[in-house]
Amino acid sequence: METLFFLIVAAIAVISSILVITNKNPLNSALSLIMTFFCLATLYVMLEAPFMAAIQIIVYAGAIMVLFVFVIMLLNVRTESARRGKHALFLGTMTGLLLLIQTWYTIGRGSVAGMKGPVDSALISKVGHTELIGKSLFTDFLLPFEITSILLLAAMVGAVILSKKKL
Amino acid sequence: MVSLNSYLILSALLFAIGTVGVLTRRNAIVIFMCVELMLNAVNLTFIAFSKFLGNLDGQIFVLFVMTVAAAEAAVGLALMIAFYKNRESIDVEDMNMMKW
Repeated sequence: METLFFLIVAAIAVISSILVITNKNPLNSALSLIMTFFCLATLYVMLEAPFMAAIQIIVYAGAIMVLFVFVIMLLNVRTESARRGKHALFLGTMTGLLLLIQTWYTIGRGSVAGMKGPVDSALISKVGHTELIGKSLFTDFLLPFEITSILLLAAMVGAVILSKKKL
Repeated sequence: MVSLNSYLILSALLFAIGTVGVLTRRNAIVIFMCVELMLNAVNLTFIAFSKFLGNLDGQIFVLFVMTVAAAEAAVGLALMIAFYKNRESIDVEDMNMMKW
């Protein structure tokens, strides 16, 4: 049952991500990408990471994609210019296929190594996923968390400066 | 129980599709979206490993990846708008000012 559900969600994710790169209209690409993000959120729930699924929907499908759709509608670029090189299409697809074969080969040959950590389904259902993440974020990863806020501030200032009328 | 390999293969598929999109499309906004797709494929790998190794560090890393993606989208789209004001196009073929 779980495997069947995984297969359905994975198939939808792959199909909608193919639609992202084949659609001529950027707006349709953006909507397909939102579909992919929702499928990934479903997979995060299956992987017992409900907080990550919520963040995925709020931050990615909510904030980032709204920004994308907003800019697409603002610039009103309907279609793509026809003058794409034929070599680019062929070489790009070949590169992607090569990458896929290489990763599949590596995944098929390898096995998971490493120490098994203390977090399992029993602990997650007892303590709660959000609490575990929060504890880890504010103890072990406090410095990266603080640096992240500086990064967001820099991005905010950069975006405001870049979209000023006179650069 | 779905095995770790299925998640890794799905993630590899999404990453490869994103790569093909970045290399073949000409619209800069679509290229940005394909980059987001690749970041998401990596996030899926992180969370799958985090589950199967019983360690939450990967999920913290996903949080940071999402922050960087949000910052990148904000700055990148501001760049797109600034470029569109100059050239009336967001085709990457037109971005040749720094070519020699």
